[in-house]
Amino acid sequence: MSPFQILRVAVRALLVNKLRSFLTALGIIIGVAAVIAMVAIGDGARTEVERAFAAIGSNMLVILPGTTTAGGARGGFGTLPTLTWDDLKAIQTELPAVRFAAAALRTTAQVQSEDANWTTSVTGTSPEYLDIRDWPTVQGSRFLQSDVDGGTKVALLGQTVADKLFGAGTNPVGQVVRIGNVPFQVTGVLARKGQSPGGQDFDDTVIVPQSTFATKIQGGLQKYISGVIVVAATSADATPRAEAEIISLLRDRHHIQTGADDDFSIRNLTEMASARQQSTDTLTALLASIALVSLVVGGIGIMNIMLVSVTERTREIGLRMAVGAKPWLILAQFLVEASALSVAGGVVGVALGLWAAGDLAHRFGWPMLVRPEIILIAVGFSACVGVGFGLYPAQRASRLDPIEALRYE
Amino acid sequence: MASRELLRLENVTKVYRMGDVEVQALRGISLTIGEGAFVAVMGASGSGKSTLMNIVGCLDRPTSGRYLLAGREVSRMSRSQLAEVRNHALGFVFQSFNLLARTSALENVELPLLYAGVGGRERRARAAEALRRVGLGDRLGHNPAQMSGGQQQRVAIARALVTRPRVILADEPTGNLDSATAAGIMGLFEQLWRDGITLVLVTHEPDFAAYAPRVLLIKDGLLQSDEARAA
Repeated sequence: MSPFQILRVAVRALLVNKLRSFLTALGIIIGVAAVIAMVAIGDGARTEVERAFAAIGSNMLVILPGTTTAGGARGGFGTLPTLTWDDLKAIQTELPAVRFAAAALRTTAQVQSEDANWTTSVTGTSPEYLDIRDWPTVQGSRFLQSDVDGGTKVALLGQTVADKLFGAGTNPVGQVVRIGNVPFQVTGVLARKGQSPGGQDFDDTVIVPQSTFATKIQGGLQKYISGVIVVAATSADATPRAEAEIISLLRDRHHIQTGADDDFSIRNLTEMASARQQSTDTLTALLASIALVSLVVGGIGIMNIMLVSVTERTREIGLRMAVGAKPWLILAQFLVEASALSVAGGVVGVALGLWAAGDLAHRFGWPMLVRPEIILIAVGFSACVGVGFGLYPAQRASRLDPIEALRYE
Repeated sequence: MASRELLRLENVTKVYRMGDVEVQALRGISLTIGEGAFVAVMGASGSGKSTLMNIVGCLDRPTSGRYLLAGREVSRMSRSQLAEVRNHALGFVFQSFNLLARTSALENVELPLLYAGVGGRERRARAAEALRRVGLGDRLGHNPAQMSGGQQQRVAIARALVTRPRVILADEPTGNLDSATAAGIMGLFEQLWRDGITLVLVTHEPDFAAYAPRVLLIKDGLLQSDEARAA
């Protein structure tokens, strides 16, 4: 008897009880669909986290100045200005692992157009900041180093600010906005960055040259940077090296004795990103293992129905044996039946899982990501479930005594 | 009638163990059946005639003694080998027909050929021929549910015939049929025998045993009488 004939006999047997076969396969369908959808959700969350951290800036380090201590109350990082413009220049020029460095002076201010006003975060910085943040303009262009040097009153608007002040879909380039009564000309609108993992809107911001910021908004350019320094390492792998270089450079420049504490601190966003990454990976593994459990439950359903089927068809098995079916053929037939159920369930489950993954991705606004190997694993696993859980009932069938089987009522 | 020997049983015994109790179903039966014979086996229930038929039918193995079918010792064969012998050399007709439900007459008859590895075209041709031989040439596509008991038993006989076996074993083939239909089935068996087929028939009914020229009577696991009559 050829494998094709065994398959035909098995499919016919399954079609005799269509509803029962469908309900049995449903366990596998749901299991496979769950595996695919859950892994897709996990992968979607993962890329979302990656995207969010990419929005903050790639390979980015943030250097914060030291803390003030007033009457025993420690002010927290950044409260005492310890970083100088010369420190920045040294970081920019002396460190091989640093690609870009820029100061970022920040305040919150009301920004006005002719028709509207909006309170937002205003950052004073240099053009390198946009390179560090990997942040292009969609309209107009960025300001230049010459604007920083000359203290020009120009501004770049984040998408949110542009929408609030000028309405969505308009081009504000060339228009004038007032920041605390000082008029700034809009030279460009920044590309949309979205939200930080903490829910902060990156696009709700205005960026101006640091010199203009210091003189027109903050009041006077000083020796110390009243903000932070953001740094891009030459690559993600170079980030720890850049961090070490900065620490030793600043300690040296600030004359800090060995053993004394730093008068600055460094935040490494790559570490945060990888911690987030790890937590989403754990989430994916958890979801996938829950889904796998449902697949195993589906397999138990197959075993249950195959046992019922063997009992119901005892006489048929007896007859097949009497007319010459060898025990292994009976085994093969029931195994093929169980596998056909689970593979058919697996295929339908893949379709359902892809649909569910697409739907969920749409709801969460994530990219839909289904790795092909997940589909292979899910279908392969469901086939193994069919064979695994079909084996015992099939063995029972093949070991029946034909005489007993033929007499079975 | 000196025909070639087909079945040979030598001092065959069968002991069943039911818990602690041993049941001696066959206590030593020796007999031979020649090619082309028509033998009826009679006996009360519990006499051991079913056990004898199971052994002759290669569905069961004797506890001791030898059984030769067409010169081959089958009493020590494995289950797989026995299945092959059943497929090639034996045809079975049961009291309760044992047809596959929701399966056409043709496909029911094809079944033994499927296990013999006969190709699709030849399988269908031979199954159709066997069905014509039992008078069901016009019922090939019917399911068992669409047929009378007599017709179903004819399908079962066609299924037994289709592999061209050395011997057909019929175990109470008329037990589930009314007497008129039963007589028709017995007529068919007699016809097949006259065409040269070897038949072993188990029956309760002396009337039907009378179709056979040789009648074996089994009692308490022993062959009590072996009567030959002129046909």
